[in-house]
Amino acid sequence: MIEVKKLVKRFGLKTILRGLDFSVAPGEFVALLGPNGAGKTTFLRILATLSRPSLGAVSVAGHSLPAQSAQVRAKLGVVSHLPLLYPDLTAEENLLFYGRMYGIADLEARISEVLEMVDLKNRRKDLVRTFSRGMQQRLAIGRAVIHDPEVMLFDEPYTGLDQDASEMLDEVLRSVAAKGRTVVMTSHDLARAENLATRFDILSRGVIAASVSKKELAKTNLLTFYKQTLEA
Amino acid sequence: MKKTSPSLLKATLAIVQKDLAAEFRSFELISAMLVFSLLVIIIFNFALELDIKTRQSVTAGVLWTTFAFAGTLGLNRSMAVEKDRGCMDGLLLAPVDRSAIYFGKAISNLAFMLIVEAVILPVYSMLYNVNLFRLDLLGVILLGSIGYSAVGTLLSTMSAQTRTREILLPILLFPVAIPVLLAAVKASNGLLAGAEFSEILTPLNILIVYDVIFIAVAFMVFDFVVEE
Amino acid sequence: MQPKPIALKILDVVSIISIAAATYLALFFAPTEAVMGQVQRVFYFHIGTAWVAMLGFILAAVAGIAYLVTKNMLWDRFEVAAVEVSAMFFFITIALGSIWARPAWNTWWTWDPRLTTAAVTELIYIAYFMLRQGIEDPEKRARFGAVYSLLGGLSAPITFMVIRLFRTIHPVVIGSQSAAAQGGFSMTTNMRTTFFFALFAFTVLFIDLIWHRIRLGGLEEKVEQLKLEASI
Repeated sequence: MIEVKKLVKRFGLKTILRGLDFSVAPGEFVALLGPNGAGKTTFLRILATLSRPSLGAVSVAGHSLPAQSAQVRAKLGVVSHLPLLYPDLTAEENLLFYGRMYGIADLEARISEVLEMVDLKNRRKDLVRTFSRGMQQRLAIGRAVIHDPEVMLFDEPYTGLDQDASEMLDEVLRSVAAKGRTVVMTSHDLARAENLATRFDILSRGVIAASVSKKELAKTNLLTFYKQTLEA
Repeated sequence: MKKTSPSLLKATLAIVQKDLAAEFRSFELISAMLVFSLLVIIIFNFALELDIKTRQSVTAGVLWTTFAFAGTLGLNRSMAVEKDRGCMDGLLLAPVDRSAIYFGKAISNLAFMLIVEAVILPVYSMLYNVNLFRLDLLGVILLGSIGYSAVGTLLSTMSAQTRTREILLPILLFPVAIPVLLAAVKASNGLLAGAEFSEILTPLNILIVYDVIFIAVAFMVFDFVVEE
Repeated sequence: MQPKPIALKILDVVSIISIAAATYLALFFAPTEAVMGQVQRVFYFHIGTAWVAMLGFILAAVAGIAYLVTKNMLWDRFEVAAVEVSAMFFFITIALGSIWARPAWNTWWTWDPRLTTAAVTELIYIAYFMLRQGIEDPEKRARFGAVYSLLGGLSAPITFMVIRLFRTIHPVVIGSQSAAAQGGFSMTTNMRTTFFFALFAFTVLFIDLIWHRIRLGGLEEKVEQLKLEASI
């Protein structure tokens, strides 16, 4: 589903990603971990077609980037730590706008479906400005799945959420991932990541330093593994 | 689930509709532009201290200066909304031609400018007892606003990505928008003073040429300005 | 660090000699103009600098397009060099214009279309540099610079056409309408020789300065790179 070979990303003279290799099979839920500045967001932005690779081959959902980014975008859902929602519009209007931008048929019905899924049905006509951070994040996920994407990218989705909101987000993420979607999520919250993901990759110094599946991790816990990898 | 990538037109309209809907709810942008415009007109009144005759010859200049400054406010604010909440990314993620974003924002910006102008014109007419409600004058104002928004939208997209943000927009915009402003003033002046059509034709032509060239160029280079 | 190429060394010498020769021609060889007297000699330098300023202006716009098409940073360096050198020459042109205007027509500034357009172009250049200064990433800086250089390149000629429509309400300066301001006073053979030689000399100087500036740009990049490597 996602194939990355020798990805290099440079900003001027600074090299952030140094020949990164990464591969995700359909249906996998990969937690991408790593210290700040390792390049997780940069990497995710490239997968999201928002940034171009300097060198290397990237292919998402069978299309190569950056050449076929338009096709990729139709199959991609992205949630970042910014909500990407318009505060002066209602939840419904926000979804209406994005639905139109993705060319969805039967939009009204789809909006109801999505609001149900993220548990915001009773806030349909409320302005996003009045939403709490947790609610905004749930609506953001709704926005991201409205076009039923095959691949989902989450960049630090738990940022700024309290315990209750985080648990709600867990639920939503589980249901989103359950539909056989391929998910890549970056997070600093190792406990949550351990809960949700089927695989854990650690990005350090511009490459994937280690990758381990949930089964293999059974003996140690994620935190130990993470620390060991970074010390190496 | 049925989905088809929207056409350029549909996507553009969706963006325009979204901008207008959001603005009509809060009116933040338009009210700021309006108040600012009124203040500018009042300041001009005292700063220039004109007798009735001279005032007539500067009407066009005062109006266009006001529109230019207020326009900058609108352009900045319109782009700030997209930048602050990362919504620009949301737009870039949609499976549509990037030009839809340019045209959508440019049309919204134009709409805001026209709405403000629609209020300022009657106010100015009342304050100075001058009739500004002529179809030909409105046409010139439309053409000038189109050119200004076309370039302004492109430049505000750029300035929003720099360190100095909003401050940079007027600095970038005014030198490049001088032809539009001057041509519009010249044509407006001509119309108000009842000049020969041949005199008005030249600035009018320049306005049209500018609009066409810059809309085309802006649309062609927009991709370069939003990619990373 | 590459030493100065021989061609450049030769060009340096040729520039200095040409400018010196042009100065001699302008000050001594050319006859004194009947109406304006000695101050008219400024004209040769004024035209020389105006000519290369415009050349730089056009080259900057072309370099902008070239960069956007090829994404080759060399075009960016060339563009910056063209803008800087052109900015400097426009400034000298304006200054010389003032120096000429004052004794000839008793005013420091005429709202002459060409001078005013030169001033507007200077403002475009200042905006250009402020734009570049506000961007960290060199690739983005190059892209935005190219776009603005193109916009400026298109708008300045139109500015010139528009300004010509304005019959100024400033005290009519005989000069702005007279043949002299149009640079079209009848020239004797000696004047013509001086005129064309001045154009030639300034063009040589222009090429010399651009070449130096491009080299300087390359050195700046090297410094950035060394700084980066040193900090790692």
